[in-house]
Amino acid sequence: MEGAADLGWWGVPLALLAGAVRASTPFLFVSLGECLTEKSGRINLGLEGTLVMGAMIAYGISFLTGSPWLGVAGAAGVGLVMGALHGVICGLPRVNHIAVGIALMIFGVGLAFFLGKPLIQPSAPQLPGLALGAWSDSRAVRAALNVNALFIIGVILTFVMAWMFRSTRIGLAIRTVGDSRDAARAVGLDVKRIRLLTTAVGGAFAGVGGSFLSLYYPGSWNEGLSSGQGLMAVALVIFARWDPIKCLYASLLFGGAGALGPALQGVGISTGYYLFNATPYLLTLIVMIAASSRDRALAGAPGDLSINSSS
Amino acid sequence: MKDHRTSISRRRLLQAAGGLGGLGLVGGLVPTAVWAADTLSIGFIYVGPKDDFGYNQAHAEGAAAIAAMDGTKIYEQEGVPETLEVQKVMESMINFDRTQMLFPTSFGYYDPHIKKIAPKYPDVKFLHAGGLYEEGDPENASSYFGYIDEAQYVAGTVAGHMTQTKKLGFVAAKPIPQVLRNINAYTLAARKVDPEITTQVIFTGDWAMPVKEAEATNSLVNQGVDVITCHVDSPKVVSQTAAERGAYVTGYHVDQSPLAPQQYLTGAEWNWGEIYPRFVKWQKAGKDWPHLYRGGLKDGFVKTSDYGPAVTDAARKAGDEAIAYFMSGEGVIYKGELKDNRGNVVIPAGQEREQTDIQLEKMDYLVEGVIGSTSA
Repeated sequence: MEGAADLGWWGVPLALLAGAVRASTPFLFVSLGECLTEKSGRINLGLEGTLVMGAMIAYGISFLTGSPWLGVAGAAGVGLVMGALHGVICGLPRVNHIAVGIALMIFGVGLAFFLGKPLIQPSAPQLPGLALGAWSDSRAVRAALNVNALFIIGVILTFVMAWMFRSTRIGLAIRTVGDSRDAARAVGLDVKRIRLLTTAVGGAFAGVGGSFLSLYYPGSWNEGLSSGQGLMAVALVIFARWDPIKCLYASLLFGGAGALGPALQGVGISTGYYLFNATPYLLTLIVMIAASSRDRALAGAPGDLSINSSS
Repeated sequence: MKDHRTSISRRRLLQAAGGLGGLGLVGGLVPTAVWAADTLSIGFIYVGPKDDFGYNQAHAEGAAAIAAMDGTKIYEQEGVPETLEVQKVMESMINFDRTQMLFPTSFGYYDPHIKKIAPKYPDVKFLHAGGLYEEGDPENASSYFGYIDEAQYVAGTVAGHMTQTKKLGFVAAKPIPQVLRNINAYTLAARKVDPEITTQVIFTGDWAMPVKEAEATNSLVNQGVDVITCHVDSPKVVSQTAAERGAYVTGYHVDQSPLAPQQYLTGAEWNWGEIYPRFVKWQKAGKDWPHLYRGGLKDGFVKTSDYGPAVTDAARKAGDEAIAYFMSGEGVIYKGELKDNRGNVVIPAGQEREQTDIQLEKMDYLVEGVIGSTSA
């Protein structure tokens, strides 16, 4: 146990790695969901609400049935419904996506707080972790590599989505709908239906992300649980240039950067923790500035993705 | 006026929808005369949910104790932010529920919100937790607070006996005096058991940051810490995460033993269920009370949780001795010579600062043995 007793400075990179794995999953699911939705030309700002609803429903179902996986399924279901709601409303003529998204965000958060009142106190069964660090003697390494299955599912989903966009007929259809409504109509694609489906499925992803928050890490239901992670994940999609693989990197970066503040204080670097706690946002700014270009604005953005478009 | 009306109707709507208190729209609008003359209406305002295993729950336990008294009626509202919103809630409780006493419990409600509303309603008593009352504040306002660092001293004693690695961990929100007092009392007690013990503190930056609290707890355990406590609004995440990682937990605000049945040692708890009914009795008897009303273990303001199953006999005995030390009324936590963790003498040799000492409420240092810094 020597290694565990005094990890010292090695604790910092380990914490970053562990933080990346632990805290990135909600970001990953929400950003993948948003990526799917935005690829089809819709923007759903309501995913913060979906995330919080998913967290609450998953916790409630897990508590009532004793099965956390049922909770995950329930969160996906409620996410699907909320996504579909957004999709249907935005399918009506002259509806602003942004406004609907914000309305759904406030609605979702409020509803979750309201329905979640009786769930603050009880402890629900949690999702199990996979002990990928069982080979190590160090408790810290074992804890860092105690990976949740949802994270692995998220990583697989990332690559499946990237492959789907690149080489499948469905992916092509979504991209066409997102890049040009007119072109999509010309080849006989049902624009409204495809956008409805991508928004609904995107919502389901966000719901699953919420279930990770309440059922694994930090693993309880309370009103401060998300504190804006769903919104940040939506921003991550722009940061990731609508590329699922980059969504994964961005989520890992955000998760890891969030662990920096506590980890540095853990080894005794205690001044400037407000600054360290701001690292994720600082990093975003830096990468955004570094990646920005004077010549081509928002490379990779779906052509039909406009905050003013209504369809 | 328009604003005012909106806020009231919204509150009504929420109450009706939630079925809170079981009073409908009509009931609330009936004039006071209908209530029996000796029924005292008392309002409680919480910043978060009242069953949060933390700060708000501690106050809600006080509210429940009042509700259990004869001739009282309580009104509660949760999730009220420390903004103009709380002023509206206070006014609506006064005007519509005819509350004669208000307990706006969150620290940030006092200045400027209570100070602004209290002069408008001189017949209503405003009671605030935190000891912020100063000369010149409204006559009908008062603050109360407990020297919970005494209970933390007891918890620190038990923690000092239970730690194997000689490293304690403290997850704290912000380096304000009340938090620093808890960290320091905890550390001083543990180091009295064994001077080699250190307390690693991690500041999360705010009162409710679940993910950061979990991260902080994990990184403490990674550094070899084996007893963890905290000062955040809801210790739920810290307790659960620490227990999951196999560390011992000492609690804060209320009893968290249901969250970590095997790992829970003891905890520093508020005892508002004991204190709040006193105010009500005084109010009913027409008696005045001091603008600043404070006390520690002996006066019933704070208490410690029952020892958990892991606590050894030696630790239990030392804990009981620490309790007795404060119950005697002689207990002093801060004694000279006391150095901060940068080597400066903060209390010279031969001097003592009793818990009531106003200087302690300006504490801005961490004592020797604490690893951490108060500067942001």
